[in-house]
Amino acid sequence: MAEPLLKLTDVSRYFGDFVAVDGVSLEIRSGSITGLIGPNGAGKSTLFNVIAGDLPPSVGRVLFNGQDISTLAPERRFAAGLGRTFQIPRPFKRMSVLENVMLAPLGQSGEGLFAPVFSRARIREEEAAIRKRALEILDFVTLRALADQPAGNISGGQMKLLELARVLMGDPKLILLDEPAAGVNPALTEVLIDKIEELNREGKTFLIIEHDMDFVMRHCDPVIALAEGRVVFEGSATAAQSNPVLLDAYLGAPVDA
Amino acid sequence: MIGVISYLVFFATVAAILGIAVLGLNLQWGNTGLFNGGVVASFGAGAYGTLILGGTPQEGHLGGFELFYPLALLGGMAFSGVLAWVVGKLTLRLRHDYLAIATFGVAVAFENVMRNATSVTGGAQGIRGFERPLRDFLGSGFAYNLVFLIAVVVVLAGVYVFLERLTVSPFGRLLRAIREDETAARSLGKAPDKLRLTAFVTGSVIIGLAGGLYSTFYAFVSPQDVLPILTFQIWAMLIVGGAGNNKGAMAGAFLIWGAWTFSGWALSRFAPIEAQLYTGSIQFVLIGMVIVGMLLWRPQGLFPERLVVSQPGGGSREKTQAEGLT
Repeated sequence: MAEPLLKLTDVSRYFGDFVAVDGVSLEIRSGSITGLIGPNGAGKSTLFNVIAGDLPPSVGRVLFNGQDISTLAPERRFAAGLGRTFQIPRPFKRMSVLENVMLAPLGQSGEGLFAPVFSRARIREEEAAIRKRALEILDFVTLRALADQPAGNISGGQMKLLELARVLMGDPKLILLDEPAAGVNPALTEVLIDKIEELNREGKTFLIIEHDMDFVMRHCDPVIALAEGRVVFEGSATAAQSNPVLLDAYLGAPVDA
Repeated sequence: MIGVISYLVFFATVAAILGIAVLGLNLQWGNTGLFNGGVVASFGAGAYGTLILGGTPQEGHLGGFELFYPLALLGGMAFSGVLAWVVGKLTLRLRHDYLAIATFGVAVAFENVMRNATSVTGGAQGIRGFERPLRDFLGSGFAYNLVFLIAVVVVLAGVYVFLERLTVSPFGRLLRAIREDETAARSLGKAPDKLRLTAFVTGSVIIGLAGGLYSTFYAFVSPQDVLPILTFQIWAMLIVGGAGNNKGAMAGAFLIWGAWTFSGWALSRFAPIEAQLYTGSIQFVLIGMVIVGMLLWRPQGLFPERLVVSQPGGGSREKTQAEGLT
């Protein structure tokens, strides 16, 4: 098998005495849509934040695309090919939808303080190209008609699509989605799933945290389950559905019957 | 008649100088969301720096370098920038009201240093004996003031054009993104700390430029010019004009400075004699009420920020404004 795109080795994260993630080792295969599930408090979000870079791991290593990113600052991970969305969407509210997307490309030559004064022709050219690309991507996520709306005015589901659009501007290899279906109306969830699957066919890898078991079972493969900070299951969605450990973790088995 | 015109020139000069400072604050707060509560420290650094570098030799305090005026002014701006860089570095981790408290403290400390470091700043006496540029050529009457006004308006226009271009550029977009959501900007590969510092220093240099022009105009600066009230006045100008809108920032400067001078005049003319003793305090209360009233009833200001700045996507609405969003 080829090198995994993302590889965690013995990753733990402590908050004081509390162990939120406890010695997790896992691999995300390139080209997969991997689902990360687990009951509340299982350590999903902490693990997600460790991968996204918001929290460095207390112990262990995170390898992405062959590079050790364990302590890489979050803002350096986008350039490395790692894109993420947020559980509660974080659009730039008082900026237009289009501007939200146009912000994302890295290394724009107009991002310097004096660039707008000295290299205007080059910036105009670059902006035109970025704008074209941004509109294409907005078209793809079905938000084109809202391009001029302040991002704070669109619905929660549309914000999730907008976050996906922003991330796509950076052409990442791995996209981390934090509860993409939470609080989104079913029609928009369908749109989002369509887009995820289309992107996946084009070769993008996804790691999705989701509470909605139905969503995970239908769209993710493989599935990784966490409970109390440890990996308790790793395998195909079909296997997950009949796994007793997993059912226990989710339904809450009697402790000592 | 000539008296009125002469007064209007004087008024417009001060308002335009303050307008430059408001533009600097707009870059910090309106665009980047940096709550600078110590505007007056940058203003004062520019004012003192310019006079110390460009003044004639004086007894008892530092100065008398008699630098060529533009160099003195640039020196004042640089002084302001260096101060902002140090303060910015120290307070980089602070956000919102915490940043405001820290910078307010810096400004109060700045005033105290100016008041007490007599050997450097002339202490409570301030710095006098500054020869205004081109005085031999223009005299010191109305003609001088008129030329000075024109010069200040040219500088104001230059700063405005620079900031407008900045606002619509990718750099401006980046600043607004940092203002809106640092975590999200970070997730898209943007490094907020460096940008916040750049915006803070640049805004402070612009405020320092205003301070330098101000002290040049009066050929004098003292600790009385760097009291916290000036910070609040400049903030009121930005809030009334419209944070995030450069035109609004300038309009706010003229409106609030007009209201301030008018209220002073009206109080001394019409208020009962007992109240006149408190004219200054009443004006402080008024400026506070203007800020609070504006924030309650029209937080976006008279000229709201344009939310679609440079890149309309060809949707149905031409311009979408901040109305009803805040």
